[in-house]
Amino acid sequence: MWMPELPVFVPFFIGALIALVTTGKVRQAVLLITPVLSGLHLLTVPVGTVLSFSFLNFELEVFEVDKLSLLFGYIFHIAAFICMLFALHVKDTLQQVSGLLYAGSAIGAVFAGDLITLFIFWELLAVTSVFLIWARRTERAYIAGLRYLIIQVLSGVVLLVGIVFYAYKHQSINFEFIGLNDTASWLIFIAFGIKCAFPMLHNWLTDAYPEATPTGTVFLSAFTTKVAVYSLARAYPGTELLVYIGVIMACFPIFFAVIENDLRRVLAYSMINQIGFMVVGIGIGTALAVNGAVSHAFNDILFKGLLFMSMGAVLHMTGKIDGSRLGGLYKTMPKTAILCMVGAASISAFPLFSGFVSKSMVMSAALNNGYGWAWLLLLFSAAGVFHHAGIKIPYFAFFAHDSGIRTSEPPKNMLFAMSIAAVLCVAIGVYPQALYSLLPFDTGYNPYDATHVLTQTQLLFFSALAFVWLNLKNMYPPELPSVNLDIDWFYRRLFPAILTPFFAMFWAADRAVRGVFMRGVNGVLGLVARHEPDGILSRTQLSGSMVIWVSILLAVFLILSFW
Amino acid sequence: MDKQNDNEKQYLFDNPKNVKRLLYIVYACCAVLVLLEFVIHRHIYHSWEELFGFYPIYGFVGCVVLVLVAKWMRTFLMRDEDYYDKLESKQHPKPANKKQTEAEQAQGGHDVDA
Repeated sequence: MWMPELPVFVPFFIGALIALVTTGKVRQAVLLITPVLSGLHLLTVPVGTVLSFSFLNFELEVFEVDKLSLLFGYIFHIAAFICMLFALHVKDTLQQVSGLLYAGSAIGAVFAGDLITLFIFWELLAVTSVFLIWARRTERAYIAGLRYLIIQVLSGVVLLVGIVFYAYKHQSINFEFIGLNDTASWLIFIAFGIKCAFPMLHNWLTDAYPEATPTGTVFLSAFTTKVAVYSLARAYPGTELLVYIGVIMACFPIFFAVIENDLRRVLAYSMINQIGFMVVGIGIGTALAVNGAVSHAFNDILFKGLLFMSMGAVLHMTGKIDGSRLGGLYKTMPKTAILCMVGAASISAFPLFSGFVSKSMVMSAALNNGYGWAWLLLLFSAAGVFHHAGIKIPYFAFFAHDSGIRTSEPPKNMLFAMSIAAVLCVAIGVYPQALYSLLPFDTGYNPYDATHVLTQTQLLFFSALAFVWLNLKNMYPPELPSVNLDIDWFYRRLFPAILTPFFAMFWAADRAVRGVFMRGVNGVLGLVARHEPDGILSRTQLSGSMVIWVSILLAVFLILSFW
Repeated sequence: MDKQNDNEKQYLFDNPKNVKRLLYIVYACCAVLVLLEFVIHRHIYHSWEELFGFYPIYGFVGCVVLVLVAKWMRTFLMRDEDYYDKLESKQHPKPANKKQTEAEQAQGGHDVDA
C-alpha cells in the first residue's frame, strides 16, 4: 500500500538509523539508495497533498506540497544523492549519518506547512549540520563549529519568538505570505536573514564552511542557505527591502573573494554573492523574478556543489586548499580541473551553462521593473563572479605557478559525483525548458535571444581580459598566506579584547564586595555564636556540674560558718 | 616509476608558446565580440546600454576597479594566518600534540578525512 502523504523526510531519518547500525558495503548501499527511493516516492506525490494533525489546539501540517516546495524537494534529493556519492569513500559514521539527517531536515523544512514544523526542522538543520564541521576533528574546526552552532541556534530562537508573536496576533500558524508589517514578521524575517547570510549576518558561513571536512562542505553548501531562500520566497516575495539587501549581498563578497587565500572560503564568499541574486529576485517579487530566484537556487546547488566538490577533491588529495600553496595541479588532476571549469563556467553564467538561464531571469526582471541601478550593480557583480569564482578558483588551484605537488585524480566516487553535477549543469544550460517546467510560475521566458547571449559573452570575455591584463602587468594581488578581517573580527577579537579587562575588573570588584560582605556576615555570625541559646554566654549547663557547683558553694559556706 | 616520468614530462602549459596561443585566442574572441555589435541589433532597456561597447567596457573597467579596490582593502584587512589562532588557543589551551598541529598549520593543511 502506497501512501502519498508519507512525509519525504521520513525515509532519510530511517536511512540514517539504518546507516548508524550498518558498516561497509551495506551502509554505502543504504546511503545511495535512500535519496533515490525517497526521490522516486516524491515523484508520485501530487501537488496539493497535505498531511496534518492536531496538536495542542494547533493544526500542524507536517507535509504540504505545492509547486514551490516540490521544486526544492527535487533539487534537495538530487543534491543529497550527489553529496552521498561524493562522500561514499569516507569511513566516518558521524559524517554519513549526520549528512543523511541534515538532508532530511532540509527536505522536512521545505515541505513544512506551518511555522511550528518549520521551526523544528530549522533547528534540526543547525544541530545535524554542525557535526559535518566537527568531523574535521581539528581544534579550529571545533571552535568554528561552536560559533556556527551558536549563530544557527540563535536564528532558531529568534524564529520561535517571532512565531509566538505571530501566532498570537494572527491566530494562525500557517506558513504562507507574511510580509513585513509588525514585530513578529520582522523577527521571522531576521531569523530567515541569519540563515540566508544577509550582510552583517553572513559571517557564520565564511567562517564555518571552509573549516568543515572536504565532503562536509559540499553538504553544507547545498541545504541551509537554500532553505532560507525558499522560506523568503514563500513568506516575503515583493518586499522591496530585499532588493537592497540582495544587491549588497551580491556586491560586497566579491571584494573579499579576490583577496582571500583559502579557496573554499572564496567559494563561501561567492555563495553569498549568488544568494544575493536570489534575494534580489524575491525582493522584486514578480512571477519572472521569483522564478529566476528559485531556479537560480536550483542551479546554485548544482554548480556551487560542483565547485566545492572539486576543491574538496583537491583538499582530499593534497591536504592543502590555500591558493598560495597550490598550483599546477592540472598536470596530475586533469579530470578534476575540467569538471571544476564546468562549474566555473556555470556560476559565471556562460551561455549554454546553467547559471545563464537563471541569472538572466533575475537581471531581466530587475530591468523590467525599474530597478535600473540594481541591474547595473548586479551586472558588476556578475562580472566579479567570473573574476573570482570563474577564473581565480581554477587558475590558482590548477594552473598559475607550479607548486610542485604531484598527486593523482581523486577516488572514483568523487569524480563520478562531480561528473553528474557537471552533466546537469550543462544539460540545464542547453535545455532550460526542463527546469522551467518545474518552476512555480509560467512566464514563457526564453534566455537565448541574440541580445542576451552577445552581451553576456562580451561581459565575461572582457572580464577575462581584465584578469589577463592585470596579471601581465603584475597588478593582480598575489595569493598570500593570510587571514582577512571580516565581521567576525568583532566577536572574535574586539569583544574579547574589550570584555576580558572588563570582566577582570568586574571579578575583582566582585571579590572585594564579597570580601566586605563576608567579613560583615562573619562578624554577625560571631556575635550570634556568642549569644545564641547554645552560645558561649548562654549555654545550658549540665545539671551534674550545677550540683557540683552548689555542693562546692555549700561546702565553702559551711567552712566559712566555722569562723 | 610514474614519478620519474612526471619529472621529465612536458605538460601543456610548460611551454610558454602554448600560453601565448591561449592569450591570442582570448584577444581574438574579444575582438570578434566587439565587432559582432555592428551586426547584431541589441534590445535596449537601460539608457546606458545605448553606448557602443557598453558591456565590454563595463566588464573590463568593473573588474579592474574590483581588483584594485580589493588590493587596497588588503592594506587594512590582511592579517597573519594564525591571527585568530593565537588568541583562541589561549582561551582553549590544548593539552598535547601542539608541535604536530603547528607543523600542520605551517603546511596549510589540517586533518583530511580518510
